[in-house]
Amino acid sequence: MDFPAELKYTKSHEWIRVEADGSLTLGITDAAQDMLGDLVFCGDAKLGETLKAGDTACVVESVKAASDVYMPVDGKIIAFNDALSSAPESINSQPYTSWLLKIQPSDSADLSVLLDATAYQAALAAA
Amino acid sequence: MPLKQTPLYASHFAAGAKLVDFGGWEMPLNYGSQIQEHQAVRTDAGMFDVSHMFPLDIVGPQAMAFLQKLLANDVAKLSQPGKALYSAMLNEQGGVIDDLIVYFRKPGSYRLVVNASTSATDLFHMQTLAAAFNVTIIPLQQQVAMLAVQGPNARDKVWQARPAWKAISAQLPVFFSVELGDIFIARTGYTGEDGFEIMLPAAEITALWKDLIAAGVQPCGLGARDTLRLEAGMNLYGSEMDQMISPLDAGMGWTVDTKTDREFIGRTALLASGQKHAFLGLKLLDKAVMRSHMKVMSPHGQGEVTSGTFSPTLNASIALARLPLIVKVGDEVQVEIRAKLYPAVVVKPPFVRNGKVLV
Repeated sequence: MDFPAELKYTKSHEWIRVEADGSLTLGITDAAQDMLGDLVFCGDAKLGETLKAGDTACVVESVKAASDVYMPVDGKIIAFNDALSSAPESINSQPYTSWLLKIQPSDSADLSVLLDATAYQAALAAA
Repeated sequence: MPLKQTPLYASHFAAGAKLVDFGGWEMPLNYGSQIQEHQAVRTDAGMFDVSHMFPLDIVGPQAMAFLQKLLANDVAKLSQPGKALYSAMLNEQGGVIDDLIVYFRKPGSYRLVVNASTSATDLFHMQTLAAAFNVTIIPLQQQVAMLAVQGPNARDKVWQARPAWKAISAQLPVFFSVELGDIFIARTGYTGEDGFEIMLPAAEITALWKDLIAAGVQPCGLGARDTLRLEAGMNLYGSEMDQMISPLDAGMGWTVDTKTDREFIGRTALLASGQKHAFLGLKLLDKAVMRSHMKVMSPHGQGEVTSGTFSPTLNASIALARLPLIVKVGDEVQVEIRAKLYPAVVVKPPFVRNGKVLV
């Protein structure tokens, strides 16, 4: 199981990369894809909407179950990775390059709630 | 309560299985990719540990009469030794206690395979009825293990692993069984592909498993088992039917034999109620996945998905559904998925047989 040190994480198994321009790139973690099994669908992204931390941002679905992907912080969804619509299995093979959403954080966004790789692994071990 | 393990537990663990609690049994969900396992069965050969299922023998001079009372299908159809029959076992209200396969071994001797989750209920129901017949019920799970080897190349690979079995099973017709000592080989399955279901002494299954892996047979978990059976249009007890559901409303009308005046349990209730729902397949026309209990909207009223999944063969979501009686193949309906409606077309299952898409 892989946990790149340069990324941030949530307890609900999203990874977040803070870009140079302040925007966020979001996907689901290696542990998340492993729990879900083969991904077959992703979408229902709330593109252009401003959402609160914890709101459903989009959905990923495996052969086994549908799973909501949550907003890590307050913000606006500015992009969805359309390439994943036709190749959702790339989330299984490359979870950290298969990004789902790009988010512009709101002024109210609190990035300090995000976990680093060590804290995320500890949260996984405790689950 | 600790989970029960089959004799192959250590082999699953060694093969990297993701193990889950399946009705009290610790069983493999997959060994990596469920979709790859599914494709292996459609194109080559895969194997499933089904030792959690519950085989039992019914023997005695009144075995046939007993089964003719117990089962909605008529074992009188089993005229040749080895022949198998799929049947529902009903309660007095006409609900389904279980679905099962019965194999005719010889006059006065039958073997049944019932579901794991219902085995205690089934056994109680059978023993209660058996008091009125000269029969003995012999549960076999302690000593017998079961392996399903399925796929277009499954039989060849079984013979490669066990050359001694070829002579007795090479000419075995579909839905027949044959025995070699305490090895029981049936040309049956739950995938829509050719292959065998094999019962053998529990102590011998690990060696067979290893030899089949060496012959190139892919270990497959419960995940692939479910997508394969759904593509094959086969029912799962607890999803498509249960004690409250009539077999006529679960696509099992063809297994209910009322051609003679045989008084099987549930007959009177079934004939009085008749069929109330259509039971058909759905193919989703949009990208999303149908799941059990989702609502189906039709111009004639509401229905319900009984099982839904993503079909790797069709690359689309498929489902079995109970629908208003008037709904027909070719109709378009709407399925409610996460508070949104998605269009689906009504089709006649099976969706896939012998590697070919049929819808």
